[in-house]
Amino acid sequence: MSELFPLDVTAAQVRRRGKVLVGPVDLTLKAGGVTIVIGPNGSGKTSLLKMLHGIVRLNKGSVKWACGTEEAQKRQAFVFQTPVMLRRTVLENLIYPLRLLHVPKTQARVQAAEWANRIGLGDAITRQATVLSGGERQKLALARALIRKPDLLFLDEPCASLDGRAMREIEAILHGAAANGTRIIMSTHDMGQAKRLASEVIFILHGKVHEFGSAGGFFDLPETPQARAFLNGDIVD
Amino acid sequence: MSELLDGIKQAFWLIVTLDADLVEITLRSLQVTLSALLIACLIALPLAAILSVRRFPFRRITIAVLNALMGLPPVVVGLIVYVFLSRSGPFGVLGLLFTPTAMIIAQVIIIVPLIASIAHQSLRDLWAEYHDLLISMNTTQGQRIKTLLWDSRRALLTAALAGFGRGIGEVGAIMVVGGNIDHATRVLTTAIALETGKGNFALALGLGFVLIALAIAVNLTIHWLSHTEREGRW
Repeated sequence: MSELFPLDVTAAQVRRRGKVLVGPVDLTLKAGGVTIVIGPNGSGKTSLLKMLHGIVRLNKGSVKWACGTEEAQKRQAFVFQTPVMLRRTVLENLIYPLRLLHVPKTQARVQAAEWANRIGLGDAITRQATVLSGGERQKLALARALIRKPDLLFLDEPCASLDGRAMREIEAILHGAAANGTRIIMSTHDMGQAKRLASEVIFILHGKVHEFGSAGGFFDLPETPQARAFLNGDIVD
Repeated sequence: MSELLDGIKQAFWLIVTLDADLVEITLRSLQVTLSALLIACLIALPLAAILSVRRFPFRRITIAVLNALMGLPPVVVGLIVYVFLSRSGPFGVLGLLFTPTAMIIAQVIIIVPLIASIAHQSLRDLWAEYHDLLISMNTTQGQRIKTLLWDSRRALLTAALAGFGRGIGEVGAIMVVGGNIDHATRVLTTAIALETGKGNFALALGLGFVLIALAIAVNLTIHWLSHTEREGRW
């Protein structure tokens, strides 16, 4: 199987109804590690992730994967800020992506049950996914993404509005996935979480990549006044 | 008022004594409407899903026309089907006029737009919810349609039941293409129309009550079989 990375983004831009949501973005991402996307509200974090993942159409520029777009899309998964639950049981939500990959029913059931246990929902496999709590939904969405064994996982503020315990559980799953070689690109508002997980950071402002570099460098010595202000908790314009 | 009471009594006796004519026309009503419903669902549900998922030129116009066709006048549908199936019509050679098949064809034409429009509303809402997820999972259009139809199945049941209600209570079109022939194409609604015309109001009312009871029984049975209205289900 050919390599997914490097990912080359060249002058990529997404516009909707005349407004630029993100871009132009020039970026090169290499294999391995966890990339954290941070920035103020409305700065374009979600749009950037969706643009890289290919959910939104580019108006300009290009997003090039080493293995080609079609192959790359098969090897990625996305976890949304508000988890979308299929109107099915917990187990069926986990079986769904496996069936898309033509995994036999019995095998898919076994794998799904294993994942349900791993995320602490082993006792809830017959419950409808939409009646789960916010934390449980997010864990299920994460498990549903990881059960496909993606090479790359996008997460859009997966811990927004979750309590400390749920956040810890999700971070533990993410650490496990990263340790198993899954490349992670994730947006977050939580600077503590960013510091705990990041190996590199993209600071985005007004839809443009304002700063991009190693996590250590960014958190210890941000290059721009806007990044410094953001890390200090000031309002950034 | 006395006619209403007589009607209730007639309906009671017709049912209790399992009147042979009543059983025959009731079974024919069910046969025609359920067949029409099945065929209509096979056409309308995938059509509704395609309209929700696919983007193509004139899509909005198609949806608007489909919605408008919900109000198709049954007599006009009957007339058009009559023209097509009559001896001089393009399908006259099939000899379908004044048969239950002709009645099924007319009912299918009447209920397809109704089922498709109601189904489209539900599928469109669910597609808005699932859109990003299913695209992110790299699903094919066929897989998306299948997922939407399966996950909306209870809402689609409502659409199908609306189609059943329209079909079972329909009289104009099936009178024109069926001819209300005794022991051949007579169904509950055409029998009611006939008895009313003869001034036999009590029997007409009796048949009417049987028709209402039948519609309610079929609806309740389908709801029960599909486990709707249970906690945590749709």
